[in-house]
Amino acid sequence: MNAIEFNDLTKYYGKVRGCENINFQVKEGEIFGFIGPNGAGKSTTIRTMLSLIYPTSGSVTIFGKDAIKYGSEVRKDIGYLPSEIFYYDRMKVIDLLKYSASFYDHDCTDRIHELSEIMELDLNRKIQDLSYGNKKKVGIVQGLLHSPKLIVLDEPTSGLDPLMQQKFFNLIVEENKKGATVLFSSHILSEVQQLCNRVAIIKDGNIVSIQDVKAMKRDNYKKFTIRGEDLNHGKFQVEGVTELKVREDKVTFFFKGDVNQIVKIIAELKLTDIIVEEPTLEEIFMHYYE
Amino acid sequence: MNIYKFELKMLKSSILIWGLAIPLSLFMYLAFYPTISADTSAFDALMENYPEELLAFFGMRPELPMSSLPGYLTITFGMMQIPIAIQAANYGIAMLSVEEREMTADFLLSKPISRTKILISKFLASFTSLTIVNIAFAGATLLAIQLFKGDATIEMNHIYLLLTTTVFFQLFFVSIGMLISVSVKKVESVISYSMALGFGLYIVFGLKSTVGTGFLAYLSPYAYFEPAEILINGTYNLVYTIICSFVIVSSFVLSYVLYKRRNIHSL
Repeated sequence: MNAIEFNDLTKYYGKVRGCENINFQVKEGEIFGFIGPNGAGKSTTIRTMLSLIYPTSGSVTIFGKDAIKYGSEVRKDIGYLPSEIFYYDRMKVIDLLKYSASFYDHDCTDRIHELSEIMELDLNRKIQDLSYGNKKKVGIVQGLLHSPKLIVLDEPTSGLDPLMQQKFFNLIVEENKKGATVLFSSHILSEVQQLCNRVAIIKDGNIVSIQDVKAMKRDNYKKFTIRGEDLNHGKFQVEGVTELKVREDKVTFFFKGDVNQIVKIIAELKLTDIIVEEPTLEEIFMHYYE
Repeated sequence: MNIYKFELKMLKSSILIWGLAIPLSLFMYLAFYPTISADTSAFDALMENYPEELLAFFGMRPELPMSSLPGYLTITFGMMQIPIAIQAANYGIAMLSVEEREMTADFLLSKPISRTKILISKFLASFTSLTIVNIAFAGATLLAIQLFKGDATIEMNHIYLLLTTTVFFQLFFVSIGMLISVSVKKVESVISYSMALGFGLYIVFGLKSTVGTGFLAYLSPYAYFEPAEILINGTYNLVYTIICSFVIVSSFVLSYVLYKRRNIHSL
């Protein structure tokens, strides 16, 4: 069964486009990435799943049920972590979590303590005294405390230090192993690659591609920036190199393929600097869709 | 039920402040009555110096001299209606907009609960709070009358009737407040809306009494349950009561419809 199905989902805010004809399925048990630059329509798409936003046309079904029509029933199975975290400031963390748990049928007390321990969250502090990263942790615990069948993460990692981010990822993987489906929205390609099986790429409100992450890794472009002397000799014109820009002292290009090839070329050169980096999302888009 | 409890908790300090301030103010106003009643003629002479229009603006009637207890109550009760209106409008406007303003909407609305239930729970919590204040207010009024009436006579049935009008009055402002909050894109500041409502409609009422144009009365709940009317006649005005009930019910229904359809935007 599919955990999520988007059927021609379209949302306009007046004349402004939110998203258009979104069509994809997330299978049960999958960790599905949802990636695109800011303003591409990720949040709009996600928010219709929770009926925070009502679609202009089309529909979303969650575990076979229409997300709008059976909204409150559907939301029992969803754990949602919004991108910006704000809670009732004057409350204590534990009171907020208890309030959150009170919406679900089963007792979540043990899970609250378990999760807070993993995330190193102090339950007795007031929310207004917490740092941004700590508020984010409250959000994580709040989103997971009822052991949801579907976890929806909208740019969850901002504000978490790398260590916490790793713990958080481990937590998500663990939930996934227990059977939870995960929809992970992000604008950072590397985190999606690290976690997801498949990924949908959204641009200007449209899904432009759905990729297998393994295949994507295979197809992965690297961005090379090389500085040195006498670089303008045409040696870089090999297969797999694109966007090649050559000057005497600086060469930049994208490369897809066996990196040893490039290493061999570089080994013969006298360099002052070399940078090999992941292309930015925008650059990936340029490559995939030009 | 959990939302109801939670909302009530959030309103706790507000209930305490309004619930003390409004009854105490009325109590203190009425505490001056013995001084006035001690020298009725001097006070009446003093009031005669004021232009009739000004007295009418504050709901005074020639039949009810301010030196009489009903007359004095007319003006003091009328004054207290303003904060009562502001409190009710505050709750109404904040009820459905607070989540969006404080960005907690994502939290609450992503929980497995329908917006219908959210609205009902929140409304009941606000209504409970208003009722607590209302009871305190009624208690303070009755107590103050007993303590300070001296040998003045007053029809207690009229007083009881007057006190019941507060319920309608509060419901009017809560429901209008709700309607406003779901009609606008975003409520930046609750108090500016509620002050405008509370004072604005009082001024409409004052103008109606001063210039005597009838149609203005239909616009202001202060005129629907004018204390002077009730203390003189001892009945509700049927037409106004129907209008008021109609406004309450229709604003409530309309707020519900709009809230159900509302898109909650992220930042």
